[in-house]
Amino acid sequence: MPSKATSAPPKVVKTYKLYINGAFPRSESGRSLPVKDAKGRVLAHVSHASRKDLRDAIEAAHAAHAKWANATAYNRGQVLYRIAEMIQSREEECVALLCATGEITRKDARAEVDLSIDRCIAWAGWADKIAAVLGGKQPVAGPYLVFSTPEPIGVVVAIAPEKHPLLGLLSVLLPALAVGNAVVLCCGGRNLLLAATFGEALATSDVPAGVANVLTGRISELIPWIASHRDVHACIAAGLSKAETRTLELGAAENMKRVTILDRNIDLTQSPVLHSPFLAERLVEIKTVWHPSTL
Amino acid sequence: MPDFAYAPAPETVPVEISPRNGLFIGGQFVAPKSSKYRVTTNPATEQPLAEVAEANAKDVDLAVASARKALKPWAKMKASERAKILFRIARRIQERARELAVLETLDSGKPIKESRDDDVPLVAHHFFHHAGWCDKLAYAFPGATLEPVGVCGQVIPWNFPLLMAAWKIAPALACGNTVVLKPAETTPLTALRLAEIFAECELPPGVVNIITGGPDAGKALVAHGGLDKVAFTGSTEVGKAIAATLAGTGRKLTLELGGKSPHIIFADAAIDQAIEGVVSGIWFNQGEVCCAGSRLFVEERILGTFIERLKSRMQTLRVGDPMDKNTDVGAINSKEQLERIQHYINLGASEGATRFECSTPLPSKGYFCRPCLFTDVQPSHTIAREEIFGPVLSVMSFRTPEEAIQRANNTNYGLSAGVWTEKGAKALEMASRLKAGVVWLNTFNRFDPSAPFGGYRESGFGREGGRQGLRAYLKVDGR
Repeated sequence: MPSKATSAPPKVVKTYKLYINGAFPRSESGRSLPVKDAKGRVLAHVSHASRKDLRDAIEAAHAAHAKWANATAYNRGQVLYRIAEMIQSREEECVALLCATGEITRKDARAEVDLSIDRCIAWAGWADKIAAVLGGKQPVAGPYLVFSTPEPIGVVVAIAPEKHPLLGLLSVLLPALAVGNAVVLCCGGRNLLLAATFGEALATSDVPAGVANVLTGRISELIPWIASHRDVHACIAAGLSKAETRTLELGAAENMKRVTILDRNIDLTQSPVLHSPFLAERLVEIKTVWHPSTL
Repeated sequence: MPDFAYAPAPETVPVEISPRNGLFIGGQFVAPKSSKYRVTTNPATEQPLAEVAEANAKDVDLAVASARKALKPWAKMKASERAKILFRIARRIQERARELAVLETLDSGKPIKESRDDDVPLVAHHFFHHAGWCDKLAYAFPGATLEPVGVCGQVIPWNFPLLMAAWKIAPALACGNTVVLKPAETTPLTALRLAEIFAECELPPGVVNIITGGPDAGKALVAHGGLDKVAFTGSTEVGKAIAATLAGTGRKLTLELGGKSPHIIFADAAIDQAIEGVVSGIWFNQGEVCCAGSRLFVEERILGTFIERLKSRMQTLRVGDPMDKNTDVGAINSKEQLERIQHYINLGASEGATRFECSTPLPSKGYFCRPCLFTDVQPSHTIAREEIFGPVLSVMSFRTPEEAIQRANNTNYGLSAGVWTEKGAKALEMASRLKAGVVWLNTFNRFDPSAPFGGYRESGFGREGGRQGLRAYLKVDGR
């Protein structure tokens, strides 16, 4: 039966995919989650990452880590700055997505995108200064040159808080990237649309494939597997429940993952902690090198 | 071979040890609620030294309550006043250095040469260094908000009893925390002597409490709900159990755990110095060192000559009475540890490696073990993977720097690493690619309170020493 002439043509409702190793796979599980607007209409579907997807992302991060860790800090800073450029050029899209679920006003959405860009710039600037603040020459009592320097830990899983979807995911991702770790970013709940879009922005930034991976899905489902994975060296998380925190820390004890849990009530828009080098200090290892200094 | 026989040179300074020792709680020595005591012995003679209180859960409660009560006034004390007390403690340690060294050697079995020249001077230095931090913390973390963590439970091992107490207590106090410390059950005496010094120096009662006892006392302490932080130095196995105990509690934790550290010798190294480095790396303190260089990697083309020279140097090591000033290798800390080492030595031989041990005679009494090395070791052998904590060296080889890095990093541990080469660029690139918290280039086993120490991966987390070490005892921006 021909449709009525008055009805609009159907929109292409997109299914967003995961971002792993520089590519956009669907979840191997074939699952997806619907994201709805305030009136309950489906806006889009987002891939629902499984344990296997997590493993793939960790593997990609593991393989990509050395190159990113060995990149010059100047280079890492420029790549982080490029992320800011990519978000800036997608500003309208980000604002629209933040508003789409009807939870915040357009004005607030725009403010969040602006703050998000600021946060990228802050960490882009830190990349080649962190070592000057966190490390240095040590005045030992003997004829030795001794210096301590921050080094990336390796593979970091970053779990994004749901309040302020875009700003939140950047707040846990950027410090880990700035110091040279490879990251698997996990986003759930209210973050799904922004996380999926952010993956697309990452693909057009200069972050090397595998260095930043984005999984969308259910955090509570992924946490036990994050906790028990032996190739994860550190986690940074915000917005976890007490039970989730315990699961994560219990699993972390097995291979001594370094776990940073941000305060549940942290003000993502204002807190100076979120661009402090002492937050990054939790995502590095301090290495101290000795050499005799004599004629 | 020249005759290396030395006339005996015993350290003869007498040290008084009270026959029965209580717990140090609230600024005084008290009898334990458990009413139980345990005998601590001299591992070099197997003779009892003293009885030491065995704390139970009630004693732990009392100690934690005492530390809690002392916290507020201590944290609020003017920082420069807190500093003065710590400086005074450092001075008293220096003044009583001989006594502390003798006591340490009697209780632990380590050579007097080491307790006198390494352990005790570093203990004083550690207090002196951290005393100065008390009123300068804001400059260590500019722009951040800082608070003391609170009440710290600290459990330390028997290999460097007094030094580990200093590493734990000095930064904790400098940052305004209070402490409950449990020394190891085989080496409690110097920590108790340190408690005497605290009282002498008018450290307010309760700021440091020292409870003695075995693993049960340690478990009761680390699991205690009244603590804000736990710091532990010891085995990776126990460290993991503590981390699991604290999961989800929000209490802070730092762990200084085991190691299987690589020691890499390139063909272009200064060989004489490298030999001395290897000797210090594995036979210092009988190899009972968490950062011991227990996996030796020698560049293949010098392997044969290097091993021959190392063996000949081993023959000059003097093993025996720890109280003799000439002794290089003293007694193993306990019978259990000696058996554990012997188990690994037997395993090494049965898995196919070739053993060489120095032929020095051993005393007829006491827990002694001859320094030994294994050649024909495969990376899969148990002695190449597990921490032995004894004078046992596993020797392997490599052909290229890449291979050396790969083999060195092929472990779950990451505490220390050593590299010997005369090529500067190569040394620095090795340092940057070895996964270890401390890298010694053309030296080994160097420690200083200003230089952070601590591990990567399963060697634990957190650092001790320097600005970086303060973080373990401060809430920086609320964390």
